[in-house]
Amino acid sequence: MQQLLSIFSNSVEQASLYAFLALGVLITFRFFRFPDLTAEGSYPLGGAVAATLLVNGVNPFAATAAAMLAGALAGMATALIHTRLRVNNIISGIVVMTALYSVNLTVMGRANVSLLAVSSVFEDFARAAGLGDTVGTTILLAVILVAVGSAALFWFMRTELGLAVRATGENEAMIGSLGVDTAWTKMVGLAISNAAIALSGALVAQDNGFADIGMGIGILVTGAAAVMIGESLFGDGSILRWIGAVLVGVLVYELLVVLALRVGLDPIDLKLVTAALLLASLSLPRFRTRLLGP
Amino acid sequence: MLTVEAARKRFLAGTAEEMLALAGIDLSLAAGDVVTVIGSNGAGKSTLLKAIVGLLPLDEGRIVLDGRDVTAWPAHRRAALIGRIAQDPHEGTCAAMTIAENLALAARRGERRRLVRAVTPALARTFRDRLAELGLGLENRLDTRVAFLSGGQRQALALLMATLAQPRLLLLDEHLANLDPRTASLVMTATERLVSDGRLTTMMVTHDMAQAIRVGNRLIMLHQGRIVFAAAGPEKAALTVASLVEKFHAASGERLADDRVLLAP
Repeated sequence: MQQLLSIFSNSVEQASLYAFLALGVLITFRFFRFPDLTAEGSYPLGGAVAATLLVNGVNPFAATAAAMLAGALAGMATALIHTRLRVNNIISGIVVMTALYSVNLTVMGRANVSLLAVSSVFEDFARAAGLGDTVGTTILLAVILVAVGSAALFWFMRTELGLAVRATGENEAMIGSLGVDTAWTKMVGLAISNAAIALSGALVAQDNGFADIGMGIGILVTGAAAVMIGESLFGDGSILRWIGAVLVGVLVYELLVVLALRVGLDPIDLKLVTAALLLASLSLPRFRTRLLGP
Repeated sequence: MLTVEAARKRFLAGTAEEMLALAGIDLSLAAGDVVTVIGSNGAGKSTLLKAIVGLLPLDEGRIVLDGRDVTAWPAHRRAALIGRIAQDPHEGTCAAMTIAENLALAARRGERRRLVRAVTPALARTFRDRLAELGLGLENRLDTRVAFLSGGQRQALALLMATLAQPRLLLLDEHLANLDPRTASLVMTATERLVSDGRLTTMMVTHDMAQAIRVGNRLIMLHQGRIVFAAAGPEKAALTVASLVEKFHAASGERLADDRVLLAP
């Protein structure tokens, strides 16, 4: 029982930190149909910016906000390369992702920055709320942030600008014929997506107690797996259902990862398991129709 | 209202398949003109409309709309002034969004997209009224996703979206071609009503000669990228399908591959 509880709380903690990553991937891959690889660079960028500011004495919440801003700029860079220079969307993401590796190293000054000596958003929050700095308070803050973020995303996607952003992914010719400059909406969409992904990176770095240059490797697969798992469980539909499905998807994904580690999986094999999970969630809908009928 | 001056457009220039799609088109529309456009396949009808709307840049020539030279404007900028409906209902609507969301997108044609709720209750009431006028029962399905609509319903919605924000110019590019006869006639009735209610300056490409004669106050016939015949007012009203086919033969110096299709009612 104790073991089960710890597996669950561990998964919820991880899931709430990775939820922003999954929401960011949802925006680009699903709402936008733009397979944006910038994520592999903007996620560690978020960690790097937050960590560097923290060790220089900046307030943790300000440092986290700065990380989001940096992520938004990275997304805008990808959008500009795609729309202004007319580079293919995947290549645009790869260009920025690759460039960000050097940017991240420059920001941090070295490959790994320890945050053990400084206070994180979680510790600040625990102090302010008068609670102990436990897994529980980490989860509480992360869940509050995810709830606020999801609500903001839901609200945005139903505004005039949000509709135009969604329509850009759905039917670019049509939204252009209604007078929308899709170069602008693409920039808005990619900025929001990468801000969310960088936020995830900043939160994970503060939870782990370090930022590392390699923290983004394979991160896109984690986000995509969460989106696909949610999708195969709930299908697609309204914006609310998409967001809900992704939040459940990221939780299921983290449960599976934590379980895999608990049953003795070598952490070295983790990316292999992640890739397998993504593959499973992609092929699951096929089996579902075969098992349950169309 | 709209002036097209010496418009030329060449496709696949420098190749064996080089084709002069627009061979110098001069056309001038007064406010309120409703012009039907006919011609065989490859005559340049769609090319002309796409050039006006900004989807195809001209090689030579000028397009002046509402006193402004829009030749260098990108399509999304011209869209503030022009509503266009294509043949394919999928082009003009967004399948994953609801009817109300599609209409909300169209309601802000040419205006800045703000960070405010797109479908307000007041707007939804307007949409319901406008949909009711179409007579397709869509007014009670505002929150239905467009993917669940039939082709005809989607095209009727596209029509409403193209005219909702009162464009200066409406371009209909064979917008009935993919519809069954009954739906086509419903959508055509709605089209005529929206055009006359809004006094919209309109160009309508059609393959239906009888319709081309019946609808609008002007008619132009294109062949190989040129206007080979034009009629207006009483002269147009006096045309018959047979006389139009004769005009075509006289102008083009060739027989139509299948006159029967054109002569069919």
